[in-house]
Amino acid sequence: MDATEIGLWGVPLAILGGAIRVSTPFIFVSLGEAITERSGRINLGLEGTLVFGAMTAYAVAVMTNSPWLGLLAAAFAGLFFGLFHGWICKFRGVNDIAIGIALMLFGSGLAFFFGKPFIKPKAPNLPAIPFGGWSDIPQVQAALDVNVLFLIGAVLSVILWWAFRNTRAGLIVRVVGDSSDAARAMGLNPDTVRLLATGVGGALAGIGGAYLSLYYPGSWTERISSGQGLMAVALVIFARWNPLGCFAAALLFGGAGALGPALQSVGVTQGYYLFYAAPYILTLIIMIVTSSPTRTLAGAPGELSITK
Amino acid sequence: MVDTVTGAGMPALFGARGYPPVLEWIARRAEAFVIPLAALVVGMALFSLFIALVGKSPILLYETMWRGGFGSWFSIQNSLSRAAPLLLAALCVALPARLGLVVIGGEGAIVLGGVGAAAIGVALSGSPSSIVILAMGVAGMAAGGIWIGAVGALRHYRAVNETISSLLMAYIAIALMNQLVERPLRDPASLNKPSTQPLADIYRIGNIPGMDVHWGLVVGVVACVLSWVLIEKTRWGFAARIAGGNVRAAQVQGLAVGPLIVGFTALAGGFAGLAGMLEVAAVQGSANASLAAGYGYTGILVAFLARHNPLAIIPVAILLGGIDASGGLIQRRMDLPDATVLVLQGMIFIVILFSETFYGRFKAFNPDLWKRAS
Repeated sequence: MDATEIGLWGVPLAILGGAIRVSTPFIFVSLGEAITERSGRINLGLEGTLVFGAMTAYAVAVMTNSPWLGLLAAAFAGLFFGLFHGWICKFRGVNDIAIGIALMLFGSGLAFFFGKPFIKPKAPNLPAIPFGGWSDIPQVQAALDVNVLFLIGAVLSVILWWAFRNTRAGLIVRVVGDSSDAARAMGLNPDTVRLLATGVGGALAGIGGAYLSLYYPGSWTERISSGQGLMAVALVIFARWNPLGCFAAALLFGGAGALGPALQSVGVTQGYYLFYAAPYILTLIIMIVTSSPTRTLAGAPGELSITK
Repeated sequence: MVDTVTGAGMPALFGARGYPPVLEWIARRAEAFVIPLAALVVGMALFSLFIALVGKSPILLYETMWRGGFGSWFSIQNSLSRAAPLLLAALCVALPARLGLVVIGGEGAIVLGGVGAAAIGVALSGSPSSIVILAMGVAGMAAGGIWIGAVGALRHYRAVNETISSLLMAYIAIALMNQLVERPLRDPASLNKPSTQPLADIYRIGNIPGMDVHWGLVVGVVACVLSWVLIEKTRWGFAARIAGGNVRAAQVQGLAVGPLIVGFTALAGGFAGLAGMLEVAAVQGSANASLAAGYGYTGILVAFLARHNPLAIIPVAILLGGIDASGGLIQRRMDLPDATVLVLQGMIFIVILFSETFYGRFKAFNPDLWKRAS
């Protein structure tokens, strides 16, 4: 009955807490996808990578009793999936979007296949830092229990934003993404750069998956991801391939995702399923508003098939 | 992805290199059969390797798969029953693909088609069965058609990527269905599994005489044949193939690309909606969460395997229906998880997409490059 004590203030508070909790996988997947798309490829398979990462992290955490080893394993699994996507897409006639769809199905299938024995056991969780210790109100404490991965994600988005502008590697990725021909003229091999960019993107998506199974919701089930990996791809377009924008958009999406549970916590149960659909509806609306048939998107990498 | 080989300049090259014309004719068409078949075999071989690596016998697996899918009259009927929704779900991918669109949210149209059909079926209860079944079919097609037609409209008029939007709309459709069967359309008697009111028996679609397979299979086959005629033999299909090859060129030619895209995507969604209606009227008897059984996603694989050719969809859907049907037996007999079938489908999918790189690379399929027969 704590929810009634602070009344309707519980709703924005729960949304804030939810935004921080729910947004973390979005942050990692969208940063990963931003790197991949900046190099001129699109990897729709990150949804499958996310699920496989979640399973790998959980399984390794159960077996070794260390969530950090689980996280590492998920990153490696994601790296492998990303490198596979990057490698197979270099062949003439192989479509990166279609391969992404296939990897989405394959990654989930493989995760369910190997994850079956790990549905029951309990894995140790990733640690959270209680920033709400100053308050006596349990809702405030719950909302400000911030997982370390969220903080790492926030720092990473700043680093990536800086790196795209100021480092040699950032420049190389951008050149390859804008024009394969220009990159070749500079003596760069676009396929190699894209291979690495997709690999790094996959590794970040794997980390996002580890967060799902090792912190929130914090268990491994076959329903662990419901399109977060895919929404993150749409979110990157909305964020105009800017890592800081990805971070902000991820928070927005996290808040939308927390809307249903937040309203439920204060007793609003009508239309629960529609509130559950809020992130998808929000994504769709954002895509409709920000796309245009007459002009190309500002900041879009020139080689990206999705905006051509 | 227009098949440039089909019918290209056949009479002009008549026997020019001294080979029998029939040989050239076969060679030009063989590529579209040989490459997907080879990819299928390679995919299954890779899967054998995977099964061997997890310590099971691939031979036993394929034997079980054959037995569960096609080994007996009982299993064949089971496979055909599963092929019925796959035929329609695959058309939902294949038709837009001919226009160059990758629509992967057929699952949403199936779900809403099922809910729409169930709602109409319950609302009209008391009317003659032929009218009710017809109205259910129309409602299912309309619900699915509006859903995927909207994806096409957003693509053309707002440049919203259709792959992402269709999948997002599938999630929204499933949420919408959950809401509808939870509240306004719920049968109070359905306690554990919220469902709409069950259809009276006279409004259910029965089996094909002499078979334990419902009429949906016939509907699906007819839909595939009609789609083939539409694409290959009508001016709309011709226009669609031009637009699929190059949108700008089609617009320069004065083709109304917008209505073409909306029309094709709406028809595609209509077929998927019909699949949902058939699941309700022939299998479930009411609309509930079982509608989201993954047919929409397997349909994507069927369409890509068939290279978006509606006639090729028929055998491919039966094949994948059989693989689907054998899942239970594999699970029981070999102690493998039910996701085994998903892994196989994923592997075949990847190999099929990879095989795209081999088109046009083999001289054997291109008589223009043959040396003169001496």
